[in-house]
Amino acid sequence: MATITFDGIEVEVPDNSTILQAARKIGGSVVPPAMCYYEPLKGSGGKCRACLVKVTAGSAKDPRPMPKLVASCITPVQDGMIVENTLNEEVLKTRKGIVEFLLINHPLDCPICDQAGECDLQNFAFEHGTVAQRYEEERRTYDMVDIGPYIKLHMNRCILCYRCVYTADQLTNKRVHGVLNRGDHSEIGTYIANSIDNDFSGNVIDVCPVGALTDKTFRFKNRVWFTKPVDAHRDCPTCSGKVVLWYRGADVLRVTARKNAYNEVEEFICNTCRFDKKATSDWVIDGPRKIDQASVISQNQYAQNTVIPAFTKTVTEGYTEVNDTLPEHKQLAAKN
Amino acid sequence: MAIKILSEHFDTPGIETLEVYRSKGGYRAVEKALKTMSPDEVVEEVKKSGLRGRGGAGFPTGMKWSFIDKKSGNPRYLVCNADESEPGTFKDRHLMAKSPHSLVEGMIVSSYALGANLSYIYIRGELLYVLRILEKAIAEAYAAGLLGKNIMGTGYDLDLFVTPGGGAYICGEETALIESLEGKRGNPRNKPPFPAVKGLWQNPTVVNNVETIAAVPWIVNNTGDEYAKIGIGRSTGTKLISACGHLNKPGVYEIELGLPVEEFLYSDEYCGGIWKGRKLKAVVAGGSSVPILPAELILKTVNGENRLMSYESLSDGGFATGTMLGSGGFIAYDETSCIVRNTWNFSRFYHHESCGQCSPCREGTGWMEKVLHRIENGHGSMHDIDLLVDVAKKIEGNTICPLGDAAAWPVASAIRHFRHEFEWHIQHPAEATKPGAVYKPEFAAVTA
Repeated sequence: MATITFDGIEVEVPDNSTILQAARKIGGSVVPPAMCYYEPLKGSGGKCRACLVKVTAGSAKDPRPMPKLVASCITPVQDGMIVENTLNEEVLKTRKGIVEFLLINHPLDCPICDQAGECDLQNFAFEHGTVAQRYEEERRTYDMVDIGPYIKLHMNRCILCYRCVYTADQLTNKRVHGVLNRGDHSEIGTYIANSIDNDFSGNVIDVCPVGALTDKTFRFKNRVWFTKPVDAHRDCPTCSGKVVLWYRGADVLRVTARKNAYNEVEEFICNTCRFDKKATSDWVIDGPRKIDQASVISQNQYAQNTVIPAFTKTVTEGYTEVNDTLPEHKQLAAKN
Repeated sequence: MAIKILSEHFDTPGIETLEVYRSKGGYRAVEKALKTMSPDEVVEEVKKSGLRGRGGAGFPTGMKWSFIDKKSGNPRYLVCNADESEPGTFKDRHLMAKSPHSLVEGMIVSSYALGANLSYIYIRGELLYVLRILEKAIAEAYAAGLLGKNIMGTGYDLDLFVTPGGGAYICGEETALIESLEGKRGNPRNKPPFPAVKGLWQNPTVVNNVETIAAVPWIVNNTGDEYAKIGIGRSTGTKLISACGHLNKPGVYEIELGLPVEEFLYSDEYCGGIWKGRKLKAVVAGGSSVPILPAELILKTVNGENRLMSYESLSDGGFATGTMLGSGGFIAYDETSCIVRNTWNFSRFYHHESCGQCSPCREGTGWMEKVLHRIENGHGSMHDIDLLVDVAKKIEGNTICPLGDAAAWPVASAIRHFRHEFEWHIQHPAEATKPGAVYKPEFAAVTA
């Protein structure tokens, strides 16, 4: 076991855990955001750089600080390590930069995106981003692609977290999609027009942090915050059969896997459960699903258990009075 | 006459053949190391020599070798990084093409020191003709019993392979190189674990530059202490510098570390001065990724000392007024070169070569390139300059591998030292976009 101090809070974790796992053990608002790390997927993490933290003391034995910010999701803990996250100005500043980088090629089409409301990038930008944007150049764009009978790939929205690649690697015996090209022209694709067609392909939709991979049976049906989540299970021969049904009125609009507070799937489900069983009679209802993560999705719902994040305070404080007499662009400048 | 260790026989006819190479004393180091020294003694000699990585970072080679995990009992590998693709650097290509056996000899001795029985030379895919030269040299070495089973009857086995890359600059980063060698997409790995613990096929691996490995036989032959006498301070030995740009005599030169920059630039033994009798404007001292320095700062440090070609002297003054020796790609610019255009060109390269794995580098390099392209083409605005500085700062140090830093440094340093040129470009778009238009110092009065 190793004891580390994270944002001034001491926590004891097993020796081979990462800093992020230690932070999650503490929980609450000190947990660094993670856009690419996904605990159930081996090898994920280290790519988005959203979870960068400052290590001010490497270990009890060698208390030198680490020279650069480190990605908390892949850096192992050492006994006596001291880590700063929300207490460190540099970390918060860098994180603002990461939001900006992730958004420059993102279409910001949240009003028509199915992921809106349960989107990691939306939450991340809301929590850590700035109001104004400095990027004036053209964004890179791609056409939408159907990859498989159930999944739509909207590459413009992709932040290249590689989660779907790891999912296909670790859940199925043959991966048919991957990352093509290089740099900001990288894209998720199948190279030869190919459909992703196996029993567990639907899970890439659940792991996608943004709206790049969406469920074709649910696209444009409803906003997620209008639907009511209900835990249900069925006796499924291929998977655990434990799911969440999303109701609008009496209709099941969508079936997803159950996710924890960090939007990580608890148990992966098969395509039959996800896409074909959309009648209440197919399922045994377990009761209402409580949303653990605070976001727009928990509004108007079973919000008793949700944590009110600390950033809501900073957001309301951040508002300044608008001077209507100024033209619009000057208002923005005055605000910043 | 300066000491020549690597380039001594570059001009000897037929040195690429085993026969001539052996007649000039080649493969003596293999014999000496394998027959009279233990692997640890070889490592010890290299440690004593103070030899530092010639690929850019300048990490002490002996120390790197001693980090390799020998306890686990897993097979160990030596990989030679010949994926030389930095703009301005072409020393390894020259070395391998001229004297392939010095690399092969170095590989045998170094593999012996590390206890590796299988080693690779990962060569840049574009250098196909060099690959053929190396393969021929390796075939000769196999035929002579210098490679393969039971080398020179010592019981030591070594197989050596040359593998070409697929044309990605990023595969010069050691973990990306290992991924590529394994047949995967060349994405750098997260560290830790470092290659010395988990490298090629998750086994302990050392990745060294061509020039580093080629220097090892001399150290074994003449002892590490002798090598440490060459050079200055902690920059021991000699270094190949590939000089290019507006010089009278561009080319690959072997210098003793500690040579004054001024002598290197202007002496007839080396670059022979700036071409067409023009004045020197700026120098990129170690390949495109190191900070650019204006003429006055490359010749003398801020304290007025002479700047020397050594790891320490070139980085004197930190990034504010210094640069790095890097990989030894020495690019000189005369007074007719446009720094804005040059910065855009470098930036375009890094945008093209970013692997796209981590977000600051993937998005930031493209952003910088687009802004610089706009400034160069007369559509910039004054706040773009601060924007570039800020974006560079947000990329630097926050990426998985050093490509992010390499992309950020040239931009940040060009603005640091040549801000007036960027401002002139933005304020006088009509003049600045004319072909061959270059900022001249006398414009400063007009702008002010």
